[in-house]
Amino acid sequence: MGYKRTYEEINEKIRKGQAVVVTAEEVIDIVEEKGLEKACKEIDVVTTGTFGPMCSSGAFINFGHARPRIKMKKVYLNGVEAYTGIAAVDAYIGAGQLPETDPENKVYPGCFTYGGGHVIHDLLAGKDIRLEATGYGTDCYPNKKVDTIIRLEDLNEAFLFNPRNAYQNYNCAVNLGDRTLYTYMGILRPNLGNASYSTAGQLSPLMNDPHYKTIGIGTRIFLGGGTGYVAWNGTQHHPNVLRGDNGVPRVPAGTLSLIGDLKQMDSNWLVGLSYKGYGATMAVGIGIPIPILNEDILRYTAVRDQDIYCPIVDFNEGYPYSKPIDLGFANLKELKSGKITINGKEVIATSQSSYPRARKIAGILKGWIQRGEFELTQPVLGLPSAEANIEFKSIPERTPNGTSLNARNRRD
Amino acid sequence: MKKKVVCYFSAAQSEQPIIYRLVKNYDLIVNILKANINPAKEGFLVVELEGSKNKYEEGISFLKNLGVIVEALSETVIWHEDICIQCGACASFCPTEALSIDRESMEVSFNDSKCVICGMCVECCPTRAIELHFEVREAVH
Repeated sequence: MGYKRTYEEINEKIRKGQAVVVTAEEVIDIVEEKGLEKACKEIDVVTTGTFGPMCSSGAFINFGHARPRIKMKKVYLNGVEAYTGIAAVDAYIGAGQLPETDPENKVYPGCFTYGGGHVIHDLLAGKDIRLEATGYGTDCYPNKKVDTIIRLEDLNEAFLFNPRNAYQNYNCAVNLGDRTLYTYMGILRPNLGNASYSTAGQLSPLMNDPHYKTIGIGTRIFLGGGTGYVAWNGTQHHPNVLRGDNGVPRVPAGTLSLIGDLKQMDSNWLVGLSYKGYGATMAVGIGIPIPILNEDILRYTAVRDQDIYCPIVDFNEGYPYSKPIDLGFANLKELKSGKITINGKEVIATSQSSYPRARKIAGILKGWIQRGEFELTQPVLGLPSAEANIEFKSIPERTPNGTSLNARNRRD
Repeated sequence: MKKKVVCYFSAAQSEQPIIYRLVKNYDLIVNILKANINPAKEGFLVVELEGSKNKYEEGISFLKNLGVIVEALSETVIWHEDICIQCGACASFCPTEALSIDRESMEVSFNDSKCVICGMCVECCPTRAIELHFEVREAVH
């Protein structure tokens, strides 16, 4: 069917500096003007981008050993706890972690000024970070306390490893209740006071490859201003959902788990965020190149905001209590106009995801590929598709009994 | 006319019911944006005054005659463009469209002159790129 090209042919052109690269925004007009067949012959790569809050993000760090050595049991970076239930001086700092001293929502709504995402941002910005670690002391690791200052350059390894990023589509949040809500979708005013969405739409990576035909495990990407890779499907990857005729899911669907060396990233593209009344998180910048292997793949990249819909979800009762409240779908083009109509009421709509930043990322990645600095990789394994029939599970409600409690101690 | 001003008081002046006089005698609509006044202590008051041009000017003269220093307010909300990630969340909350989005580029911009310093943007900005800042002098003598 029509024109075809391989990864190797594309990389050959990239190496020669001859690859034709356009962004997922630019490709729309090109396909409209020239038609799929002609555009497919011309375009080698389409670049996508997204920049928004992605809580399921964090970094693995190896601090190096102290003298004497320590097996860390607790470790804090600027007061924010990192998980160290792994080897002696390895830890994972999660974007959503808060300092122990944070008042949280005790005085509601809390401010959540600083968290794990801010620590990662500060590390990247080259700032001094207070490292406090304690251990219980062993024959091999006698040290019980370390209190020092570290910087990114002092770390042996620091790599971002985000379990769930780049959600393929996302809910548009509203509030049907009669009080203001403070959520991970921002502040939601009562009685449909505003609508908050979060997707880069026509620029978003998985919107441009809705069936994961090119994005898979091993795909090299723009991550946090540097290069990274798709490590696995993300958590909650749930591809078999309601989709439009264009293949684009109408509800949150696929996700990606991403990995990359933090030391070559940039604080502009990993930014700590504070959501009033909700918590701290991090905005992650991601750009994924889509090789135009054939017309089918090109057609998917030509998706426009007007072809993308996301579900309108009530965050008063619908989301928190999983109550099925049908508010229909919002069209992304309308959302971006700043106003949508819900239940006959005109509602102001704004985004949590940054479209201008998404556009910038797609542009930067385009530049890298055009200059021959970034070659494409063929996935070593595809992501589970809709045919995999992945079930979206919830926590089972079971009463712990003797057997399940004793299981914890059964090591003999 | 409508104008935002900063009034600086000495300790003695802060004992007087100045706002009451502005409303009663000069028919001004007074919107207090920020105040730091304690009895027997110098302080400042950031207010938006609205009324007819004549009454406004008479009101300002009244304040000045009392010895209150009155200065125009500027740079009240600072939008740190370098910190802003251009998500646009603030635009839902800005009542005057001082913070607004260009729907073509989806970029956020801030128009100082439209700002009424309600502070909503400060709360909803996830990067804390917006700062309420009053140019108030340290001490008044």
